[in-house]
Amino acid sequence: MKSPAYTRRLGLIAGTVMSFTGAIGMIQTFNERTLINPYLRMGDLTLYMTPFVLAWLAARGEPNPLHEPEREPMAGAAQGAVVGLIAGALTSVFLLVINTFDLTEFFPNMRPATIDAMTFDLGVPVGLVVLTAVSAFVGAAGGYIFGLPEHIRRGLGRATGWVLAFALFEVVVADILSFADIIVDVIYGPRGGLQIWSAVIIGALAWWLSARYQGQVKEFSNRVRGADAKSRLRRSMIALGVFAAIVLPMLLGGILNELLVNVSIFILMGLGLNIVVGYAGLLDLGYVAFFAVGAYGTAVLTSTSEAGIGLGLNWWLALPIVLVMASIAGLMVGTPVIRMRGDYLAIVTLGFGEIVRILLLSDWLTPFFGGAQGIRRIPGIPVPFIGEVSGTDPQLFIYFMLLFVGLAVYISYRAQNSRIGRSWAAMREDEDVAEATGISTVQAKLLAFVAGAIVASFAGALFSAKVGTVFTNSFDVLVSIIILVLVIVGGMGSIPGVMVGALVLIGILGGPKSPGLLQEFSEFKLLIYGGLLVFMMLTRPEGLIPSVRRSRELHADELTQDAWLDKGGDFARGDGEEVAT
Amino acid sequence: MPLLEINGLKKAFGGVKALDGVDFHINENEIVSVIGPNGAGKTSFFNVISGMFPLDEGEIVFDGDNLAHHQPNEITRRGIARTFQNVRLFPNLTVLENVMVGQHCRTSAGMFGTIFQTKHQRAEEEMISEKSKEILSFFGTRLAGYRHDQSADSLSYANRRRLEIARALGTEPRLLLLDEPTAGMNPKETIELTGLIGKMRDERGLTVIVISHEMKVVEDVSDRVVVLDHGVKIAEGHYDDVSTNPDVIEAYLGRPAEKHND
Repeated sequence: MKSPAYTRRLGLIAGTVMSFTGAIGMIQTFNERTLINPYLRMGDLTLYMTPFVLAWLAARGEPNPLHEPEREPMAGAAQGAVVGLIAGALTSVFLLVINTFDLTEFFPNMRPATIDAMTFDLGVPVGLVVLTAVSAFVGAAGGYIFGLPEHIRRGLGRATGWVLAFALFEVVVADILSFADIIVDVIYGPRGGLQIWSAVIIGALAWWLSARYQGQVKEFSNRVRGADAKSRLRRSMIALGVFAAIVLPMLLGGILNELLVNVSIFILMGLGLNIVVGYAGLLDLGYVAFFAVGAYGTAVLTSTSEAGIGLGLNWWLALPIVLVMASIAGLMVGTPVIRMRGDYLAIVTLGFGEIVRILLLSDWLTPFFGGAQGIRRIPGIPVPFIGEVSGTDPQLFIYFMLLFVGLAVYISYRAQNSRIGRSWAAMREDEDVAEATGISTVQAKLLAFVAGAIVASFAGALFSAKVGTVFTNSFDVLVSIIILVLVIVGGMGSIPGVMVGALVLIGILGGPKSPGLLQEFSEFKLLIYGGLLVFMMLTRPEGLIPSVRRSRELHADELTQDAWLDKGGDFARGDGEEVAT
Repeated sequence: MPLLEINGLKKAFGGVKALDGVDFHINENEIVSVIGPNGAGKTSFFNVISGMFPLDEGEIVFDGDNLAHHQPNEITRRGIARTFQNVRLFPNLTVLENVMVGQHCRTSAGMFGTIFQTKHQRAEEEMISEKSKEILSFFGTRLAGYRHDQSADSLSYANRRRLEIARALGTEPRLLLLDEPTAGMNPKETIELTGLIGKMRDERGLTVIVISHEMKVVEDVSDRVVVLDHGVKIAEGHYDDVSTNPDVIEAYLGRPAEKHND
């Protein structure tokens, strides 16, 4: 199974990936962030992650479902070292080429600074030797660790995971612990990055906890998942979640609440698109149009500026009108595409999304929508005794987001497990048969479009009140694509999946206009989205948290079912004949 | 008056006349088999009746109303349900959900009721679930118990055929169109299903049109047999008469050899 050719191939792949990340300037940008003071920079981590992972794969050998991979630390280390060596050598050759020829005219990032970033500032030729050596060492480590017994691997994995989480999400930790600045100062270095000994303590603690409570967490989560929807356990978990949602924003500072508000806007849109794509199976690439209708509708109705019509309506009064507008928009998209399917539907909706944006930008409608100037002076959401709440006060605004996300979750959940949800599911599975089973697919499609549009218009209305000004460039096609990606990555048709997808994509990597937790990523956001999407499609197409319907675990295969029937079944005629079929 | 009366039904695909002026009728509580060689137009006949293919000419009178050019869902709502030759279930839905989908056109809960969980909506959901379980119990234990919650694509081939019939029964039809219901089943299962077709008529008061290639099934189950060939009805009558009809034999087997030698 462990063929030299396979190992060589992985080495070449690793080298290519390393060269690529360097060539696009990723390593250089990431190196500005220190993770563990002063030993580990984010760029180095990114660079050497590749030989580590591929060495791990090399030690496993080519995937073969018939054989468990052999786990021998030393053999794995040798193989991993080969992978790392090839990768390092290839990268060195690449850096030599950059060093010799000036390619900055075509590839602006291929400059000496890139070489420095990738060679611990040692430059050519010493740095190249170091690079290759480190790569080989990391590869050997990857192969060695693969060969270790399971409990050690798990411990190492947990420890590394927690240390990296603490290092990467320094902002979050600092924010949560803002009441005790002294702890933060002790854990982290003065210019960011975990202190080495705090990293050791966190790692050791994570290892110990994972060994101590091994399996219990999983068992508990399985119990919660398996529990009846009406059981006490399930209810108390839901109550706990609601309680956490109410208390958490109070503990978090402005930056994190701001981030959560952004994430929530995308959760809302994700939930809406999930109805259209996940439940009803209608691929909508122009979903941002409904978000725009919600945002501009609210803006026009509530703004006091001259650019719009300046109605200055109360946000709560505007909301129902906006919902009606969104429903009409939903019908307007839905009606012409009733007879379209799959690719054609996607293309038409893509066009619709652009039409809406261009109309909003047009001179013709400038008196209403302000054209390129957008609409300004949109008031926040009025609340009795508190006054107007807008995006300048994210710690309060987050509660409106929670309210509407909760509403959207409730609607999605109810719709999914109902007569309407079943008709959507049937239509998604087989449109012709759904029609022949008595479902009016015209009605079902329109209903899905309208429901999706309404949820997106919630997001739009909140967005308007949050930012105070709306411009058309907040509604370009990229937003539609990102919402679709987060639904796919999270898990189509899965409510928690959409939430996790939005948290990962918007919260960590960053949204189309807003930075995420890892601000270093923002320049490479689209690359990472794309990579993530490809990776997910190859390894886990059902998404991070798949819907029950899409990944329903079978209790057993047909033969055991028939065995069960043989024992207890009262067949109309004949016994156990299905075994033969 | 017959439950379904079809006059001069025509359907062409380009130059191929799949149905070329077929007349047909079936009375309430009757079981009629439609047979014919491959490509005779049997499945096209079903597709046109169920509205999945628009017809070119002719009329389809069901219970006094002309259903020609109606949408398939409307035709199902009026009381004609069908199964498919190549089993088309909703594979990722559970067994029970497949049948519950059938109940769609007999129920009415809308978005409002769904969101606000009205009393009517909850009662209706309960009713749908009960009725669907009752329909599945029609097939004995094969689709009952823990199988309710399994996905349809985990079922064996024969069970998929049964489930498809159950889904059709879920629409509470008066007329059921079965397209080769025993295809791919072993002899025992075929006998069992033949019995069930009779039971559907006797116990549930259904009228059934069956397409089948298995003459044993046709003989056992049908009150009357209609033979199609090249989109034309070439014979009609009791099984014994039809099976000895020279035109039918010719359609299936070709002309006797001596005629060729003339």
